Amino acid sequence: MGVPLIQTKNLKKFFNTPYGLLHAVDDINISINKGQTLGVVGESGCGKSTLGQLMLRLLEPTSGEILFEGDNILNYSPAQMNEMRRKMQIIFQDPFASLNPRMTVSEIIAEPLKVFNVYKKKNDMLARVFELMETVGLAERFVNTYPHELDGGRRQRIGVARALALDPKFIVCDEPVSALDVSIQAQILNLLMDLQDSQGFTYMFITHDLSVVKHISSNIAVMYLGQCVEFSDTDGLFDSPLHPYTCGLLESIPIPSLKHRKELHVMEGEVVSPIDPKPGCRFAPRCPDAKAQCTECSVPLKEVSPGHFVSCIKYL
Amino acid sequence: MSDNLLKIKDLHVMYRTDDANIYAVNGVDLSLQKGKTLGLVGETGAGKTTLALSVMRLLPDNVGFVTGGSITFDEFEVMKLSEQDMRLLRGKDISMIFQDPMTSLNPIKTVGSQIDEVLELHHPEQSATERARQVDRMMEMVGIPANRKGEYPHQFSGGMKQRIVIAIALACNPKLLLADEPTTALDVTIQAQVLTMMNRLKSQLGTSMILITHDLGIVAQICDEVAIMYAGEIVEKGTVEDIFEGTVHHPYTVGLFGAIPNLKEKTRRLHPIEGLMPDPATLPQGCYFADRCEHCTVRCRSESPQMLRVGETHRVKCHLFCNQSGV
Repeated sequence: MGVPLIQTKNLKKFFNTPYGLLHAVDDINISINKGQTLGVVGESGCGKSTLGQLMLRLLEPTSGEILFEGDNILNYSPAQMNEMRRKMQIIFQDPFASLNPRMTVSEIIAEPLKVFNVYKKKNDMLARVFELMETVGLAERFVNTYPHELDGGRRQRIGVARALALDPKFIVCDEPVSALDVSIQAQILNLLMDLQDSQGFTYMFITHDLSVVKHISSNIAVMYLGQCVEFSDTDGLFDSPLHPYTCGLLESIPIPSLKHRKELHVMEGEVVSPIDPKPGCRFAPRCPDAKAQCTECSVPLKEVSPGHFVSCIKYL
Repeated sequence: MSDNLLKIKDLHVMYRTDDANIYAVNGVDLSLQKGKTLGLVGETGAGKTTLALSVMRLLPDNVGFVTGGSITFDEFEVMKLSEQDMRLLRGKDISMIFQDPMTSLNPIKTVGSQIDEVLELHHPEQSATERARQVDRMMEMVGIPANRKGEYPHQFSGGMKQRIVIAIALACNPKLLLADEPTTALDVTIQAQVLTMMNRLKSQLGTSMILITHDLGIVAQICDEVAIMYAGEIVEKGTVEDIFEGTVHHPYTVGLFGAIPNLKEKTRRLHPIEGLMPDPATLPQGCYFADRCEHCTVRCRSESPQMLRVGETHRVKCHLFCNQSGV
């Protein structure tokens, strides 16, 4: 086992809404080791992105701890936190919305460098911008273009370059390839993996696409309605999925091969509201194996085999 | 063959803008038999949606033009029909489902009245009670309790809204359904529900379908035939067996398959197709894929390839195969 770079303990985030308390993230305990990638999967509204933003303290948690290299960053003063932000960055989903349309490529990539006053001389800063552009595979000629002149793949490369500018240790990738075509998606995934190999980044990779998550992750957390229902290394999860939700998720993916042509397994029902959830297992209303006990008490995550955790009454 | 429901011949579509002429569809030949499902696959900007809109004659006025070719639907010459006749066809014999269910429903009308609207337009002979019964039947058919027909679109989830859209599209029992990325905006579990339902309805009603998608997984699961589109052209077409299990393929198809991470097999690196699709305003001479193709030759740069026969039902538009073909 490696050393955890970042860890959460009983992390919770509730939002007050006119209709009640929305449990966006409810008691999440995860840890990511240095140089590894944790994939976070789940359907829309399960709290994946909220979790990503909590990890970077872009949102204040309701309760719980976030340990970065052993230190609880929630106790940091604003000044300490500011310094901390150099080590943690984020790549957003939509490269069309996350870049300022009035800034050129070089201004966008240089912005974090300016904020932290990294370089005294403008030329040094520009040299660093060119270096970053080379790292992410953007040709030098684009340095003075605006985002709207570039295609989605190149725009996402700008987002990656901006995240790398301050040499972070930890990067949250919030659906970085969902808005891209498959051929472009493959380019960005390869880029992220190459960067991890050469610079040892730790990623938290948020996505709803299980084939992408399988490709890039070392560990996977499956989320359902704010809770982590299964946590395992990638092979363990795909070879022997345990939680009924994970199984259902895996079976609903259409496989691009005729050998696997079959009636798609259909999981009945839809995600219920995360506002004031009832006690017990939140997946119970859709679960094919649900029993009366399932709705009585909540089931904690339990280690079923080394490194493979699941929260289901079947494995208690 | 006589049982072709839809036959598209050498179709060219152009968008005229102030800056340039955009060549969106460039010589597409396609035919679809009754009861079959054709998967139309390609990346953003390949011309998939434009092709579907041309069949519906819904290209934007004064901007989109069909500049050549013909579309024959069930005896009708679609391009020669008057707008009035076309309106009788739309929604009744040909229906379309759009990608985003959030924007294709009217927010201020109940879902029941939106299904009823189609019936009222195309079956004026039916009484209101008959129509109401049909609305109930359609809602039950797509798996929504009929007592919710008085509710508004915002009261439904994304997956249910898409079901309503499907109910509207199928209300008049059309012969042809054009589904433009019907599940792209949905979660995988809901996608599985919608696809299974569409598959069931299709076989129940005997509807032919053109399914536009970029997801090869969906194609493998529900299509009978596949056409791969690139820069406004069909570069490869055949049965699903030809495309997924055949041995010869267009280099672009090979690239598409190499670029998707596979759930069932392990690969360390993906193989993206380098480069980008050519700008449809200034298409190059010769093969449009030449710039990104690893097998590119001098001939590819100067001469546009023909659609070559590489199997009983399998066609590929590439110079690589011109020695093995009988044409």
